[in-house]
Amino acid sequence: MSAAPQHNPTMARMSLAERLAPHAPVLLIVGLMILGLIAIPSTSSWLTLTVSGLAMGMMIFIMASGLTLVFGLMDVINFGHGAFVSVGAFVGISLLLVLEQMTGAPALWLNLTAMMVAIVGAMAATGLMGWAFERVIVKPVYGHHLKQILVTMGGLIVVEQLIIVLWGPEEIFINRPEALKGAITFAGAALEKYRLVAVGIGIVVFLAMRWVLRRTKIGLIVRAGVENGEMVEALGYRLRLVFVGVFIAGSALAGLGGVLWGLYQEVITAQMGNHTMILIFIVVIIGGLGSVEGCFIGALLVGLMQNYVAFLEPKLALISNIGLMVAILMWRPMGMIPVVKAK
Amino acid sequence: MSDPILSLRGVRTNIAQYHILQGVDLEVPRGAVTMLLGRNGVGKTTTLRTIIGHWRAHEGQVLFDGQDITRLPTPAIARLGIGFVPEDMGIFSDLSVEENMVLAAVSGPIDSTRLEWLFTVFPALETFWKKEAGTLSGGQKQMLTIARAMIEERRLYLIDEPTKGLAPAIISTMARALRELKDQGASILLVEQNFAVARALGDSANVMDDGRRVWSGRMQQLATDAALQERLMGLSVEAG
Repeated sequence: MSAAPQHNPTMARMSLAERLAPHAPVLLIVGLMILGLIAIPSTSSWLTLTVSGLAMGMMIFIMASGLTLVFGLMDVINFGHGAFVSVGAFVGISLLLVLEQMTGAPALWLNLTAMMVAIVGAMAATGLMGWAFERVIVKPVYGHHLKQILVTMGGLIVVEQLIIVLWGPEEIFINRPEALKGAITFAGAALEKYRLVAVGIGIVVFLAMRWVLRRTKIGLIVRAGVENGEMVEALGYRLRLVFVGVFIAGSALAGLGGVLWGLYQEVITAQMGNHTMILIFIVVIIGGLGSVEGCFIGALLVGLMQNYVAFLEPKLALISNIGLMVAILMWRPMGMIPVVKAK
Repeated sequence: MSDPILSLRGVRTNIAQYHILQGVDLEVPRGAVTMLLGRNGVGKTTTLRTIIGHWRAHEGQVLFDGQDITRLPTPAIARLGIGFVPEDMGIFSDLSVEENMVLAAVSGPIDSTRLEWLFTVFPALETFWKKEAGTLSGGQKQMLTIARAMIEERRLYLIDEPTKGLAPAIISTMARALRELKDQGASILLVEQNFAVARALGDSANVMDDGRRVWSGRMQQLATDAALQERLMGLSVEAG
């Protein structure tokens, strides 16, 4: 037997662009911030807008994260996701109105306790509602995208009308808790306290989700299921049950997002969920369907973009996010971090 | 062939309007390697997918250890102790090798003795333990998918073309791994196009054509009868 010919592959050092490519989505956020810094004349305005954009992005992320997993895991398109945002806001804000003595007092811990109660209540209500929604509306239409779109939109309309029945047709105005009103001054920039709290909650939710997805077996099942559900079942896991769990968790997160969004806008309406759906869909699409990281980065991009553009050229604010989506899809047609393989 | 671990009786499976399996009868004895052979497109993969429940039999019965599993959902079938290695390998490419293995250990944490043994069979797994499975080579992916099925002792292994598209050196690693599994007394139903591997591993053989089983017998008999091979599979395998 003769020896095989010498095989000495040479490996070229990867170019800078190649080494940066995997981190491109994160770098995009940094890039957008730098662009903003250049375009916006005063640094303090830039800082205010950046915090505001990050806060908005965090809230959109919280609302959108459930939707991206629901799609990734079971290929279900849920246009009714906004219903959980609205219901979460109404339940949460109602609780805050009941706890007026706590929110009106200028004590931070009383305010935060009241917010905690509102958030837990809203998440419990929307989680329960998510369970019912999955059973009644989503379950019968597995595997049929058109039916899913129609029936989940119908579900959203029903929920909107139910809100009007229960809470009346008027929009409800709400004051933020006393200690979260106003702003702190940092480096000459006014940073609204509430937005800082929203950023904090967003980071906690993102890290918690990452931890669950990376460090627990249920998280492994979810990540594997997004990629190849059939194989997960062949290993012996009941993906249907996991999916219902994800649907409930996603609904509860949308409810949390609803409370935060309501306090951010200081007004809630039955249609607020429907209105946020556009932003939620943009974020889920540019992030890459099924990707929590992509959703997070996408949400921050959308939040920053919206705030910068609204400041620089208010008329363009409405289309800036659509423009962002088009640009990203031209660059990466499956979204920034695609995880769902073509089915 | 008394008391087989798995038997199929008159199984018919349709995929959309296509009648893929047209009455398959099959018996898989305990503690032996049963080959499922035949040309491309005769229904071998569909047979495995019907057993694990990815496709549903429209008629007929699938009996696992005497229990009718024809209508059971896939996870329940798997939990009975059936390990499935699909043709497309079905690895989770975004997960690390370790995470793939953790997931495959359905009933609890990974048994470290068994893992050590798997590392000796597939050393590459240890080397790339923390790497994303998507970055492995084709052969390493195939090793991962077999190791995944082997991480817990299963009562039956369904393995679909484990050597497909692999380099010769890796095929021999794969064959050695399957041999180890066989030596432990595992029951295996193996689809394999590589006739040399089939001959080396198989105890009994079943040949399919047009959605039916057309021949069954000792693998030895099929391996030594070139005319039979030619007739059943259109093969012309050189002797030796």
